[in-house]
Amino acid sequence: MAIIELKNVTMSYEGSRVINELSISINKGDYVCVVGENGSGKTTLIKGLLGLKALDGGEIIFGEGLRKNEIGYLPQQSEMQRDFPASVKEVVRSGRINRKGILAFFGAKDRKICDNAMKKLEIDHLAHKCYHELSGGQQQKVLLARAICASEHLLILDEPASSLDVGAADEMYEVINKLHDEGMTIIMISHDIEKALTWADYVLHLGNQKALYYGRSKDYKARAIEGGFWERGK
Amino acid sequence: MSEIINAIFTYGFLSRALIVGLLISVCAAVLGVILVLKRYSMIGDGLSHISFGALAFASVMGFAPLSVALPVVAAAAVLLLRLGGKKIKGDSLIAIISGSALAIGIMLISYSGTSADMNSYLIGSLYAISKNDMAMAIVLCMCVMIVFTLLYNRIFCITFDEDFASATGIKVNLYNTIVAVLIAVTVVLGMRLMGALLISSLIVFPALSAMRVFKSFMAVTISAACISVISFLAGFFLTLLWDGMPTGACITLVNLIIFIGLSIAEKVRK
Repeated sequence: MAIIELKNVTMSYEGSRVINELSISINKGDYVCVVGENGSGKTTLIKGLLGLKALDGGEIIFGEGLRKNEIGYLPQQSEMQRDFPASVKEVVRSGRINRKGILAFFGAKDRKICDNAMKKLEIDHLAHKCYHELSGGQQQKVLLARAICASEHLLILDEPASSLDVGAADEMYEVINKLHDEGMTIIMISHDIEKALTWADYVLHLGNQKALYYGRSKDYKARAIEGGFWERGK
Repeated sequence: MSEIINAIFTYGFLSRALIVGLLISVCAAVLGVILVLKRYSMIGDGLSHISFGALAFASVMGFAPLSVALPVVAAAAVLLLRLGGKKIKGDSLIAIISGSALAIGIMLISYSGTSADMNSYLIGSLYAISKNDMAMAIVLCMCVMIVFTLLYNRIFCITFDEDFASATGIKVNLYNTIVAVLIAVTVVLGMRLMGALLISSLIVFPALSAMRVFKSFMAVTISAACISVISFLAGFFLTLLWDGMPTGACITLVNLIIFIGLSIAEKVRK
């Protein structure tokens, strides 16, 4: 059964329609890379999946026992976060907030899950460091650890390597791939189609308010060249 | 010094000013951390101008000042925090609303020909704190402490990353509204002591000073409250020592000295 199913989803950005009646399904354990030109609706779609933006039409169905607030989300970093006085531990721990009631106090179980997430991403030695004193790659790993704490099943990543240098970006993609190998479903927006084709199982190429391509990444290049959207996607 | 301490216990207005000042200092500092981190440092300044306009209106119309100022400033705070950055950039929106409110206030006072106690609202006064103000300050401080303690982790999550917080199901707008209302009450009550022109410094300085030295949200929040209390006490006693010095200005200058000191300490440590 699909972990997420989109049925005729229609969405707008600032009054303009960017996605029109999109229907796709994503299965548990899939690694889907969402690509497309600026303004093609990638981030709008992700915000729709997360419930941050209302749909104009259609519906999103969550399967496999997944609840909407149990998605691990890695947003693009804001300018504000870059000098935010927070320890790595504080940031990672905030990923557990979705498991808490109105009085969100963290217990031993939460601490253990956070410690495990930091160990998995090899940032446990940074636990007491200040977030804004870390390198870009380390900061992204901290935000990824927070996302893992929020969900064991599904991660939605909005351009996780966009602000990183080549080495840090490759390391980030490897970490994401490792999580996928452990069974995590991944939906990732990326501008880097080459990298997407290297790592992802499926590619969703958005453009002209629809899915120009949705299928296996190994078949994407031939179809993209044939369909005339390969260069645009790059 | 012993004369000053005796005076505090002898004169009710001084003990009220001390209690209210301490409570408002803690509230302003704690809420200030959120505002500074959300890049809304100027909101305190804007709200104080709006409060001045509302108080002028109340004074001219013969209404109780706080009954007009509190709802007006709370509504403005919600508007600024929720709408800022959507149609008009946050700082521009603050400038538009606060400038307009200040202009309306000045026009009303000029038209009515009464200056009432507007001077004390502009530059603050130790003598302006009523028993009613003290009761409200106690209630406000309790609300801020309760909200901050019980919702601390959610407040951190929202302040650090609103999108992530929304994705986890937190009602971000509700929390922003709660914070906005608390800020509004802090500004209205704090204006009596600090003055409309300087209340924002009570909100902004302690957070900025704490951020020079401390690197976790918890440490910044606690130390901002401590810095604010120290600045208030120093400013309060300086006011009493140098008769005629405005309290708000003294507290702000102490805050400035602490900020400069901690900024130097940060540079030296690096």
